[in-house]
Amino acid sequence: MDTRVDVRKTYKLFINGAFPRSESGRTYPVSDAKGRFWANASLASRKDARDAVLAARGAQPGWAGATAYNRGQVLYRVAEMLEGRRAQFEDEVARSEGISSRKASGIVDAAIDRWVWYAGWSDKFAQVSGSSNPVAGPYFNFSVPVPTGVVAAIAPQDSALLGLVSVVAPIIVTGNTSVVVASQERPLPAVTLAEVLATSDLPGGVVNILTGDPAEVGPWLAGHADVNALDLTGVTDDGVSTQMQVAAADTITRVLADVTADWTIDPGLGRLRAFTEITTVWHPQGV
Amino acid sequence: MSLEYAPAPESTDVVDIKAHYGLFIDGEFVEPIDGTTFTTINPATEGVLAEVSEAGPQDVARAVRAATTAHTRTWARMPGRERSKYLFRIARLIQERARELAVLETLDSGKPIRESRDVDIPLVAAHFFYYAGWADKLEHAGLGTSIRPYGVAAQIIPWNFPLMMLAWKIAPALATGNTVVLKPAETTPLTALAFADICQQADLPAGVVNILTGDGTTGRNLVEHPDVDKVAFTGSTEVGRAIQRAVAGTQKGLTLELGGKAANIVFDDAPIDEAIEGIVNGIFFNQGQVCCAGSRLLVQESVADQVTEALTQRLRTLRLGDPLDKNTDIGAVNSAAQHARITEYITAGENEGARRWTAPCAIPERGWWIAPTVFTEVSTAHRIAREEIFGPVLAVLTFRTPDEAVAKANNSPYGLSAGIWSEKGSRTLWMAQRLRAGVVWANTFNRFDPASPFGGFKESGFGREGGRHGLSAYIRSEVV
Repeated sequence: MDTRVDVRKTYKLFINGAFPRSESGRTYPVSDAKGRFWANASLASRKDARDAVLAARGAQPGWAGATAYNRGQVLYRVAEMLEGRRAQFEDEVARSEGISSRKASGIVDAAIDRWVWYAGWSDKFAQVSGSSNPVAGPYFNFSVPVPTGVVAAIAPQDSALLGLVSVVAPIIVTGNTSVVVASQERPLPAVTLAEVLATSDLPGGVVNILTGDPAEVGPWLAGHADVNALDLTGVTDDGVSTQMQVAAADTITRVLADVTADWTIDPGLGRLRAFTEITTVWHPQGV
Repeated sequence: MSLEYAPAPESTDVVDIKAHYGLFIDGEFVEPIDGTTFTTINPATEGVLAEVSEAGPQDVARAVRAATTAHTRTWARMPGRERSKYLFRIARLIQERARELAVLETLDSGKPIRESRDVDIPLVAAHFFYYAGWADKLEHAGLGTSIRPYGVAAQIIPWNFPLMMLAWKIAPALATGNTVVLKPAETTPLTALAFADICQQADLPAGVVNILTGDGTTGRNLVEHPDVDKVAFTGSTEVGRAIQRAVAGTQKGLTLELGGKAANIVFDDAPIDEAIEGIVNGIFFNQGQVCCAGSRLLVQESVADQVTEALTQRLRTLRLGDPLDKNTDIGAVNSAAQHARITEYITAGENEGARRWTAPCAIPERGWWIAPTVFTEVSTAHRIAREEIFGPVLAVLTFRTPDEAVAKANNSPYGLSAGIWSEKGSRTLWMAQRLRAGVVWANTFNRFDPASPFGGFKESGFGREGGRHGLSAYIRSEVV
């Protein structure tokens, strides 16, 4: 009897909209939650991290310059694409996290809904966090949030999909671009998410996903002068966290640490605020 | 025809400077336990004004302890409407003592009395007035409904706007329920010590505000104290970096307001006369010792000659001298160290090939003075076009197109402020959208208001002071 041999996927990095292997040629074995070999993931190097930052920097002005309406539609499109491939994500999340397919289904629901939730903020956040300021003089004075720039994030280690989405969506919706280091032990849903991002009208370079060791590439990203902000949500080692925060100080890089990593509750606006700057404009009034 | 001015010095009778000051801890002036003393001088005369205490490690510990106790027992428990009224009281006391504070500020810092009287002190009172009104309305600030202060805020401020920086730090911290330990700059402690007296007159509960004088060592001890919950610093990027490293891996909140190298951009359709006044105010206000100073003048090529000619004409009329004289435009620079630093940059500008022009004014025999200096033929690679000088030195560069102006303006590790001079509103807003700067002034410069958020991008720091946004620097935000 013929049994069909399945075609397995090669899991690679996601940089500038393409799927390269690590330039170092390195990989590391990824197991499922039961410890069985699943795939070899790319082990990103310092050079890969730098390439990713370069891609993110290149994409940033265009993405920030897109209209808020446009960015919202792109994020919503991600939700549509994810919905269409939900079976694959349910399978990968279940295998990665060692949970039932029913529970995995609920997590995929939440991940899709999180994209939708953040998509809606694209053209509302400035209204909620900006202001017009009644200064004592003949000026129209207003404050608006603008993206910080390139944000490097260490994605949560335990929640391979929902945690990742909860970190990435708030970074990019306001016009930042990102370099994200996926969960080290559960990186495969991140690579599959990259396939969704690549087919969601998201410009190349807006999200770049690295797989590998956060303790290896994290400090390089933290000290990179072209990284404007750090999201340390997924850093589990206090020593690595401190090391990254110290490196961040070289160029006064903004740092988000100390977060409540509960992906089931309403996220609020904290992450949007963490990666936006306020610009205040004094415009004269007169005839 | 040139006008002659008779001297018009402001009287110093309104100030009563003590020979010696202790530290203000837990509501009282006390002598340091393990500190020493230093003197503060008048930079316009080099005369000693007073002897001031330098807080040692034990003094820092006791101030932090006082602030912790005041936070848990008094200030955090007090309803916002009551905190509010203390801040209103302080605002009123500052208004009542405005003349005294202005003279004191000028004596200790060297800035012209015209500025301390008309800008600094009115803004100090306004800042307390503004944040007083927030103290009982925090749940309406759009920052969530469970508003929690950090606890004890360690605040370190610079010497360029001594009392104004104190107000920017203390007013929002107290409004949100934090208590503070503030360290004024080593060279300008006197108005902060006068503020301690104002806290006593306002019957502010003991320990809510503590003032520790001292130098960088005192500051470091304060920042690194384990019971400090929040650090707010205004000063150089170099020290900001050290502070960011020091708080790395701790739970301390941090906001930094650091250096700048602002572009002041003049288009060919600008109202030139107004622009000249704005350029002068942008770089010569407070002798250029302003983090948001418009130290890089970007002029559209077609009007470059006209603008530099009109600018040097205008600078010939500025009056440099006694800061207490009401006609003085340019006062003394703050210290011998700052004088040396500015002088070094002027030498560097000449050595690197830029063309120097210095306003012809007589320099007094004593004190530290730098005449307004303009460099033309400056390239973007020159140090005077890249590094913060913090002095009355302007680097003039040119551009042809708005795109080039944006590229040149943003070509800096800093991003604190920028100016745009044009009569075309659409172009101004187009520029404002592209400039990576926290404050953008259109057809004005160096304007401040308590309702207007202030703070930088990139290496100019993070966090905002002023406005609704300034509250978030003192509220522990829950990020999910």
